[in-house]
Amino acid sequence: MSNELIEFVIVSVALLGIGIYGLAVKRNAIRMLFSIEIIINAANLNLVAFARFLPHSGGQTLALFSIAIAAAEVAVGLGLIIVAYRMYQNIDIADFRSLKG
Amino acid sequence: MADAAFLALSVLTIGTAIAALEFRSLVYGSIALMGTLGGVAGFFLLLDSPFVALFQIAVYVGSIAVLILFTVMLVRRELIFTKIEDPKRKWAGIGLMLIFMVGIGAIILDSGLKSITTDEPPVDFRDIGKDFLTYYWPALILMALILSSAVIGALTLARREDTVNEQRAD
Repeated sequence: MSNELIEFVIVSVALLGIGIYGLAVKRNAIRMLFSIEIIINAANLNLVAFARFLPHSGGQTLALFSIAIAAAEVAVGLGLIIVAYRMYQNIDIADFRSLKG
Repeated sequence: MADAAFLALSVLTIGTAIAALEFRSLVYGSIALMGTLGGVAGFFLLLDSPFVALFQIAVYVGSIAVLILFTVMLVRRELIFTKIEDPKRKWAGIGLMLIFMVGIGAIILDSGLKSITTDEPPVDFRDIGKDFLTYYWPALILMALILSSAVIGALTLARREDTVNEQRAD
């Protein structure tokens, strides 16, 4: 194994930072979903990297569960975006204000 | 030290992650997101986890990215292009990202992770299969239920209620 654990963790931190930037700046609902996907992938990369260096199979199992749950989350998230688009004719989250008091 | 494949994958993954958020068109953005997800699958291959890498390609690159592309197609054309953003918010976001990266990076570099290397053989993927069917079987069943309920929920959400069922009208 020529790569070290710290390198994978640093790539994961970079992906997490990019995801947080997207969540903080973007106002397009689909782009915020992109950011969430990037953050989930950073977490999965961390899980698999630590599982390789321990070594233990638990990390890979947890990563597989995480990928499956993320798929369910994206399906529901895109359904919500389509409903919101039908109601507001827009996907800018600044317009989704029905619950605002 | 990092080898060439690792460096190339890092540049691909981080570059396409930035591109996915910054391309003006959402269609190109979702194609760039496919690059990010594929790059993470490449990292899994480097980490000797081919099973997780194939799962990542099948689920993320194969289905999630295509699902996002179809959703983008359902949206009106002018909405998939980004309008000019508030520059103040953008710079605040970049500052937040840099503070976060430097802070967490300093903590990680300061910790003992730097000295961890391994020469042990990788985990056999057959062990993962055994784990799934012995120790984790309740979680596996729960995951199947969650996935099916998520599919039913997504279909219920996206169903149109204003269309009339022609057969029922007769």
